[in-house]
Amino acid sequence: MSTINVKVAAVEEVTPLIKHFRLESEDGADLPPFSGGSHIVVTMDAEGRTYRNPYSLMGSPSDTRAYHISVRRQESSRGGSVFMHERVQVGMRLKITHPVNLFSLSKLAHKHILIAGGIGITPFMSQIEDLKAVDADYELHYAFRSYEQAAFVNELEEKCEGKLYCYADSQNERIDLTELLRHQPLGTHVYVCGPSPMVVAVLETARNLGWPENNIHHEEFSAPPVGEPFKVQLARSGIEVEVPAEMSMLEAIEEAGVAADSLCRGGVCGRCELTVLETDGGIQHHDHYLSDSEKVSCRSIMPCVSRTKGKRLVVDL
Amino acid sequence: MQLNFNDESFRDDYSYKNSPEAIKRFPFPFSEDHYMYSVNIEPHAKGAKGSVYEYTFDVDEHYVSECLDKSVTLEQDPGRYAALPHMMTAQWDFLELAMTAMANDYPEYFTLTKNGNVWTWKNRPLEIIDTFTFGDATTLPYEPFEYMGRQMQGDFVLLDQRDGTLYADAGIVTSQADWSLAFNTGMSWQEWHGPVPKVTELGVLDRALKYLLNLQVANPVRRLNWTMTINPRLDTSPENYPLWAIDRKKVNDETVGDLVNLRVELQTLFRLPRSNAIVFGIRCYLASLKDIATYPRWAKRLHRVQKDLHPDLIEYKGMTTYHRYVIDWLAQFDDGEVLEYGAHPE
Ligand code: HEM
Ligand code: FES
Repeated sequence: MSTINVKVAAVEEVTPLIKHFRLESEDGADLPPFSGGSHIVVTMDAEGRTYRNPYSLMGSPSDTRAYHISVRRQESSRGGSVFMHERVQVGMRLKITHPVNLFSLSKLAHKHILIAGGIGITPFMSQIEDLKAVDADYELHYAFRSYEQAAFVNELEEKCEGKLYCYADSQNERIDLTELLRHQPLGTHVYVCGPSPMVVAVLETARNLGWPENNIHHEEFSAPPVGEPFKVQLARSGIEVEVPAEMSMLEAIEEAGVAADSLCRGGVCGRCELTVLETDGGIQHHDHYLSDSEKVSCRSIMPCVSRTKGKRLVVDL
Repeated sequence: MQLNFNDESFRDDYSYKNSPEAIKRFPFPFSEDHYMYSVNIEPHAKGAKGSVYEYTFDVDEHYVSECLDKSVTLEQDPGRYAALPHMMTAQWDFLELAMTAMANDYPEYFTLTKNGNVWTWKNRPLEIIDTFTFGDATTLPYEPFEYMGRQMQGDFVLLDQRDGTLYADAGIVTSQADWSLAFNTGMSWQEWHGPVPKVTELGVLDRALKYLLNLQVANPVRRLNWTMTINPRLDTSPENYPLWAIDRKKVNDETVGDLVNLRVELQTLFRLPRSNAIVFGIRCYLASLKDIATYPRWAKRLHRVQKDLHPDLIEYKGMTTYHRYVIDWLAQFDDGEVLEYGAHPE
């Protein structure tokens, strides 16, 4: 994965639970442009543990001076969001991936219905910029607990010019999904980002009303190309290689100076296939090359994308 | 690096020629004695100095004549350029990618100066200087994709990603191996690949598509594809079929070494940042069988690949009429020596 080094240029408390971070490139150069709905993965080094969390970019895609992300503190987890809230300060350096978009707007939609719940508002903030740039027809439906806890409402009201509809749970306001999705013109696309019950409700309602599958979108993040660390023993070379959490098995083997074959480095070409001689925990297959039965047999692994769930793996290399 | 650009033609008198350096860097596509379709995609990483992979977009001795040939084809048939309206952001993405890479890699030929949104582009080999406003198509003589596509070797298709597949929604296509842009515009991955034999049972296209849907901005990829063309002709389009297909009949034992060209496409794929579209670049390299035979290793390899090529591929690539002359001619070079893996020349 190619990464970008950024520094934290500003931190703002938007609500008691949500912080907004402005990230600029370390060397002051412009950041790569991106499309609305894109996310980055932020790497956090927290004493001995590495967190990799995806966050939507919520700034304007045409502003390449800085990236903007917002992080809601997740009380239940001791993961990355707590680190972002408690440890990340102005001036700190972070590593991020290039933007990836797995929640892109359909360019041929006649109308866009955007449905956000809580912090799920963030991808829509960059999408609205793209929609406005081409003068597209859209509505943004934004549900949150209460006005006190809702982020960016004023900013959105200004940007959306009458196309924003807010629903505060504290005032018993709810989105009537059936009503909303029933009367839309042909060629309308619906996009949802929010807590999973909301996502499920939107998907189900749209499907039940007969919406085409291709017109229903929910936010997805790229799976981090990482996992737990493990050791791999190269039987023919007679050496053992440590595969750290943030490296692919192929990269770790290469770094150890062993020549391993590869081509696509993305689990489709088949070139890097290795025969598995021993494993204590099975294989996490992430490739599209091996057939289902080959995957189940665990006799082969594609080290460019796949890993073991165990501590030890012996391959014929 | 200073290139001398050839003064040559890709039609009528076919004066196209490869220098010894051009032959040496020819992207010979066969690493093994056998060929079948596969997902031969790899990162488009910077390659060895002087190789066709050294830079993002390779500019070689044919640059000026090839751009001229492209403008002739476009003039005769403006339908070789097409762009659906929703691809305008992708057009600017393309222009930016191309100008930035070319100015960076070939500063002696190309210069890009930015003053906010006002950009000045200098192309010395083609004697072009234009100042325009990035994002405002009225400030360029053509749409941004066509403007830049005319100043680059090879064909380009812009693909929109939606409905879990890719759609060819814009293209500038003047050097294609017998497929039609007019026919394919707006088609999906599965539709335009429909005529290709064998690939369904091999599962090649499904895997390649999954990979491309995940293509990321900073990590372009490439692959090689190949066919054969009679005469060094770039425009072997279905639209002009009567102009070139007839030449296949001119191949015989005497003419085969000169007339038959190995046609290799260096295909590159880039994710574009603002539009989330993908550029598919198809750069065509031509070398006659005589050029190829400069390196006996290549002649031997090519002989073996052709000898056991699957009949469906011979048919699909349009080589049926003259294929046996190719094999017979190449046989004189093949002494049976065992060749190690790799496509490099001696
Ligand atoms: C996304 C960009 C791509 C576009 C626009 C594209 C388009 C095409 C077209 C128009 C043809 C000719 C079909 C015909 O005969 O009418 C073709 C052939 C083919 N394509 Fe693609 N293609 C793309 C990427 C790929 C990739 C990544 C692969 C990887 C396996 C692939 C594999 C093939 C093969 C094997 C053929 C047959 C070629 C031959 O035998 O000469 N294509 N493609
Ligand atoms: S390198 Fe292609 S599958 Fe691993």
